[in-house]
Amino acid sequence: MDKRNIIVVGEVNNGNIHHVTYELTSKAAELGERINGYVEVLLLGYSINKEHIKRLFETGADKAIIIDNEKLGLLNDDYFVANIRKVLERENPYIVLTGATPQGRAIIPKLAIKLHAGLTADCTDLDIEAETDLLLQTRPAFGGNLMATIKTPEHTPQMSTVRPKVFKINENYNKKENIENIEFEETNSLIRIIEMIKSEEDNVNLADADIVVSGGRGVGNKENFSIIYDFAKKINGVVGASRAAIDAGWIPYPHQVGQTGQTVSPKLYFAIGISGAIQHQVGMKSSDYIVAINKDTNAPIFNIADYGIVGDLFEIVPKLIKLLD
Amino acid sequence: MKRLIVFIKQVPDTAELRIDPKTNTMIRTGVPSIINPFDMYAIEEALRIKEKWGDTEVIVATMGPPQAEEALREALSLGCDKAILLTDRKFAASDTFATSYILSKAVEKIGDYNIILTGKQATDGDTAQVGPGIASWLNIPSITYVKKMIEVKSDYAKIERLMDYGYDIIEIKGKFLMTAIKDLNEPRIPSFRGKMAAKKAEIPNWDAAYIGAEDKNIGFLGSPTRVVKAFSPPPKQGGIKTEGDDIETAKKLIANLKESHLI
Ligand SMILES: Cc1cc2nc3c(=O)[nH]c(=O)nc-3n(C[C@H](O)[C@H](O)[C@H](O)COP(=O)(O)OP(=O)(O)OC[C@H]3O[C@@H](n4cnc5c(N)ncnc54)[C@H](O)[C@@H]3O)c2cc1C
Ligand SMILES: Nc1ncnc2c1ncn2[C@@H]1O[C@H](COP(=O)(O)O)[C@@H](O)[C@H]1O
Repeated sequence: MDKRNIIVVGEVNNGNIHHVTYELTSKAAELGERINGYVEVLLLGYSINKEHIKRLFETGADKAIIIDNEKLGLLNDDYFVANIRKVLERENPYIVLTGATPQGRAIIPKLAIKLHAGLTADCTDLDIEAETDLLLQTRPAFGGNLMATIKTPEHTPQMSTVRPKVFKINENYNKKENIENIEFEETNSLIRIIEMIKSEEDNVNLADADIVVSGGRGVGNKENFSIIYDFAKKINGVVGASRAAIDAGWIPYPHQVGQTGQTVSPKLYFAIGISGAIQHQVGMKSSDYIVAINKDTNAPIFNIADYGIVGDLFEIVPKLIKLLD
Repeated sequence: MKRLIVFIKQVPDTAELRIDPKTNTMIRTGVPSIINPFDMYAIEEALRIKEKWGDTEVIVATMGPPQAEEALREALSLGCDKAILLTDRKFAASDTFATSYILSKAVEKIGDYNIILTGKQATDGDTAQVGPGIASWLNIPSITYVKKMIEVKSDYAKIERLMDYGYDIIEIKGKFLMTAIKDLNEPRIPSFRGKMAAKKAEIPNWDAAYIGAEDKNIGFLGSPTRVVKAFSPPPKQGGIKTEGDDIETAKKLIANLKESHLI
């Protein structure tokens, strides 16, 4: 059987390789063992960290294809789509995996159309169907109320975007370094990225967080949110919020968890002063362990909390902070 | 005249979704439908651009079964000028590849336009693929996760796009497609006059033949992906529940989290 290429379209931010790239490389290597796969990582970026590239071979890559150019330092979708497309058409991959990050979700749907490929978004599990060698892609729909397994029987590549932190990085592959550098090809583009703003306020990497500490209307006002921040800091968590807290203007939108905000699935989720409306739940229900603090014993959040405390958040949270000192 | 096209989708109201405790499957019958929440921000932004520009027509369109007309009437009641229902048995079971193709054919049928607006994602499928997909078929730029329109003219725009590190400021010349997030604006509610006008409006139904959509790209056969299996994840159940907010309660929680190696 010929080798089947599995291409991970990696992500580079500021020269650093995003961890989802290693997660997918490891998963690709694991899947590849079952279908005679050959794992290639395609990286577009600027001044890509050499050490990071080395790590790709430890985590399962057989080859890295790199396009390093100043023009790829910012996310001009057109440059990315055109340059990735060229490589994919040359390599003719069997499977293409990408992180379901804002970047992946911006460019991969455009590529799937150009390649006439099937694309499954936001996968949380990948497997190979034994009889057919096809990729089985499992993903949540309806805010996690339904899971669907999807395959693409007649079109290649079989493409998926995969949520960060779903797969473990395996550092034990130790493959031989094999790098191909490709020239960036300038294409016509009607868009120009003027600036990339890293903002403290908006830099809320909730999707990546292991611990999320969310506050809701029960927190009462903007000033009080400092206790949510203090607690989050103590346990290395990222601050989230319910929509009610966002709409009240206590905390900016990128912190919102739920149907019209972000979906999170950390190891540990705190819902503090949050009732647990269905629209909030769909964004956090798949967290591994949920702690709820709410003074209303009938709050729906307790139905899904692994650990619930019926009590006043202003009493309990400061005590938790103190105990962690 | 300038023209804005907004694509909306009718979705089941998540708040009303229930899981059948016996079969552990989703109960969809009797669940009311709403306009996909993200699409409300797309509609609102189109209306605001129209107010700024004047001499602009806002066309709202959806692909769906005949009852999706309700969603279009609601959009009309908010102030959209025209609605189009893309409906045909042949469209059924379209995945995002086929859906974005059908919607792009509708755009070609409509003719000239300045901006296409969609929601960031639909709350039923949660794919966020249809917006960029339409742009790809039409060979126009797409800007996802738009949080702010800094400047918008008929052939130029300056936009903020939300990313995970913060946001990008982007300049676009010519036509483009944008996907809306909640941060973009605060949707209005329909006026009485709007509601009356919406009731009376004629909504044309467009089928595959009318928009020139080729069979090979639509419906089940035109969709590269196949759903092999759908299942509900095991329901989450409440665990430990304690009363009180004294220091003992706090200690117990910390001990529990440490035991479970969570902190
Ligand atoms: C289309 C649509 C989309 C939506 N999208 C989202 C979304 O993405 N995310 C989201 O979160 N919501 C969303 N919502 C809103 C959602 O329905 C709820 O209104 C919202 O989640 C409520 O936020 P909350 O729990 O903070 O507020 P509330 O429901 O008001 O709950 C506050 C809770 O705090 C408790 N409390 C008060 N004081 C204290 C105290 N001192 N100590 C302890 N507990 C206290 C109260 O008992 C109460 O349970 C959406 C709604 C719609 C219609
Ligand atoms: N059937 C449809 N008809 C019209 N617009 C749609 C349809 N499906 C998706 N869209 C648009 O595409 C966006 C993203 O949807 P999705 O890719 O399904 O998450 C939605 O917010 C809508 O604006």
